[in-house]
Amino acid sequence: MTDIAKKATSALEEREPVWQYADAPESTDIVRLEPRYGLFIGGEFVDPKSGTWFETISPATEETLAEVADAGPEDVDLAVRTARKASKDRWRKLPGSQRAKYLYRIARQLQERAREFAVLETMNGGKPIKESRDVDLPLAAAHFFYYAGWADKLDYAFPNRSPRPIGVAGQIIPWNFPLLMAAWKIAPALATGNTVVLKPAETTPLTALLLAQVIQEADLPPGVVNIITGAGETGAYLVEHDDVDKIAFTGSTEVGKVIRRTVAGSGKRLTLELGGKAANIAFEDAPLDQAVEGVINGIFFNQGHVCCAGSRLLVQEPVFEPLLEKLKDRLQTLRVGNPLDKNTDIGAINSRAQLSKIEDLVAAGVDEGAEMYQPACVLPERGFWFRPTLFTNVSQSHRIAREEIFGPVLSILTFRTPAEAVEKANNTPYGLSAGIWTEKGSRILWMAERLKAGVVWANTFNRFDPASPFGGYKESGFGREGGLHGLEPYLELDG
Amino acid sequence: MTTKQRVPVRRTAKLFVAGEFPRSESGRSYEVFAQDGRLLARAARASRKDLRDAVRAARAAHPGWASKTAYNRGQILYRVAELMEGRRSQFEAELADAGARDPRRGVDASIDRWVWYAGWADKIGQLLGSTNPVAGPYFNFTIPEPTGVVGIVGPPAQALLGLVSRLAPAIVSGNAAVVLASEPTPLPAVSLAEVLATSDVPGGVVNILTGLTEELVPWLAGHMDVNAIDVTGVPPADLAEAERLSAENVKRVVRARDVEPFSDEAQSPYEVTALMEFKTVWHPMGE
Repeated sequence: MTDIAKKATSALEEREPVWQYADAPESTDIVRLEPRYGLFIGGEFVDPKSGTWFETISPATEETLAEVADAGPEDVDLAVRTARKASKDRWRKLPGSQRAKYLYRIARQLQERAREFAVLETMNGGKPIKESRDVDLPLAAAHFFYYAGWADKLDYAFPNRSPRPIGVAGQIIPWNFPLLMAAWKIAPALATGNTVVLKPAETTPLTALLLAQVIQEADLPPGVVNIITGAGETGAYLVEHDDVDKIAFTGSTEVGKVIRRTVAGSGKRLTLELGGKAANIAFEDAPLDQAVEGVINGIFFNQGHVCCAGSRLLVQEPVFEPLLEKLKDRLQTLRVGNPLDKNTDIGAINSRAQLSKIEDLVAAGVDEGAEMYQPACVLPERGFWFRPTLFTNVSQSHRIAREEIFGPVLSILTFRTPAEAVEKANNTPYGLSAGIWTEKGSRILWMAERLKAGVVWANTFNRFDPASPFGGYKESGFGREGGLHGLEPYLELDG
Repeated sequence: MTTKQRVPVRRTAKLFVAGEFPRSESGRSYEVFAQDGRLLARAARASRKDLRDAVRAARAAHPGWASKTAYNRGQILYRVAELMEGRRSQFEAELADAGARDPRRGVDASIDRWVWYAGWADKIGQLLGSTNPVAGPYFNFTIPEPTGVVGIVGPPAQALLGLVSRLAPAIVSGNAAVVLASEPTPLPAVSLAEVLATSDVPGGVVNILTGLTEELVPWLAGHMDVNAIDVTGVPPADLAEAERLSAENVKRVVRARDVEPFSDEAQSPYEVTALMEFKTVWHPMGE
């Protein structure tokens, strides 16, 4: 047992689980995995020229699911050249109305194979099946459907600006929403007539590779979408490649800054969707029960592996005690464990490395004097797990109030006036999202005007829709994904 | 029995009202001929009562259709395209009978037009709604909403494409429609009704009447529970009277622009907003 786990255990209160559930595991029979997956280049799965492969596991069981190719510089070069050829020969000349039809096909096939994708997403990434089934898959399909509709309407979106494709987009995505992020990247790029080389995250390549199969079945012209697996180095080769016209990256602010430096002076277009330290702000007039659900969802959705997670809770002083009590009660009902169980609320932490990072930051929180609360719950013996965690007595200077933990850990602070709430919420280098809980509509709009965040949720949290632009202020990145605004980063425009 | 001996089964061409296929309550029908003079069918000849039933069905269906998410309506329109693709040979045969020079092209364009308008479902508000920077502490925004029940007089030219080009932009935003099929060439509209009936479009959202245009248009134009009328298929001589009749409840009157029906110019998001209302909301902002 690690030190932090000991501390956690000592902090447990004597609360019994509120409800008992029978096991309700989703069957994995629907997923048929190959022992080994090559790189998806030019419409085919090919062995890597690098000659190296790596294992991808289930973070809930630590079992190996498959081997995937580790793309080296030659592989990246082949993928980029293939994408370039597909762009020149065919894709950028195809009328938008016909590009649209391929995207509609992909959307429909994702809908048809939704359960298979959801189960695989949960197996490879550790997120609860109810989330991959009810959030990731419907949204991924919706994203393709939405951008399909734009493919032949770009002149309406950008009147008098002669929209035309940039060329080849290199896209690097994270492990928290593997398929959904692939959809966010591929759909607008293809709708606008670009070809892509996509690199999924090292720990979660499998749904992207299943998407490659869907793309084959949709008869998308070969080379329009190329999917190369690998670790950070593969991503670096892609970013550095001379013949890539645009880089779209979703991931940590640290890596985002490295990419910004790397492409400096190259003329490459760039969009970055990076980290966050969002404040969920609860006023004294907030509907408390609804706020509790929103706060819980805001930080524990997807184990807190969410760039826009509401990882700071700012509570107006008069309701601090009742809200905290309700949060503790609610925490006790969360079920942590097998992500394939349909009743699981919090699944596995995505990787051992991420678990260590969470443990370090939580230890720092305890060391710096914040007060930790964790519910009693039994964690599975194998796999990577972390209890849902609340911190009170948090000050603005604590690391747990400043740094992105990317885990199921909520830091609770208080405020007195709306102006103070704004001041505290904006006191971060990040600016991806924020939440407001109050019954007063005028206050919602007053707050929204002052919060330096790309998305503001009012009396809700973690809502996503393909029609709704998403992206950050400040060090949370630049560019927007979703909506009409999500087309612009993939277009050359006049004016 | 050899194929030669087999007697084909003919279709009865019926009305399409509230998701069902009634004959005219009047018991009347009229003859439909092919371009070469063959008798193709006896289509139902809708009465004033049938028209009222169709308007009632449209009014009842409108709230549910309008309250579906835009994404859902988009998928349903796309599904119409999917099903038309599967029945294209039937449409092509009907267009050939109706005298189309290139039936295949007509069906291609009709299917693609459904797909094109399907895409607008969740984009029209983004493109043509607005936030308005009023000079005061108010959040002020404008959103387009469907106007309600739309009457559509189907144009006799391009029996299928002409109709789809008017119907798709009318319903994609959440309106319900009462369509008068082209009088001389109603059969593609009857087949379209059969596609709509099996394509997740809720019953009553589209109602299609066949019959005599001259007889039906005044009843449609004068109906007090129809919010807008598309007069594209109204004969020029009857247009002024239709517009006069529309005054009683201040119907919005629209008609297709005079453009090549196969061209991209024949489709426009402004065809969608022509049958929408703009609603502006004021809300105070303050601590």
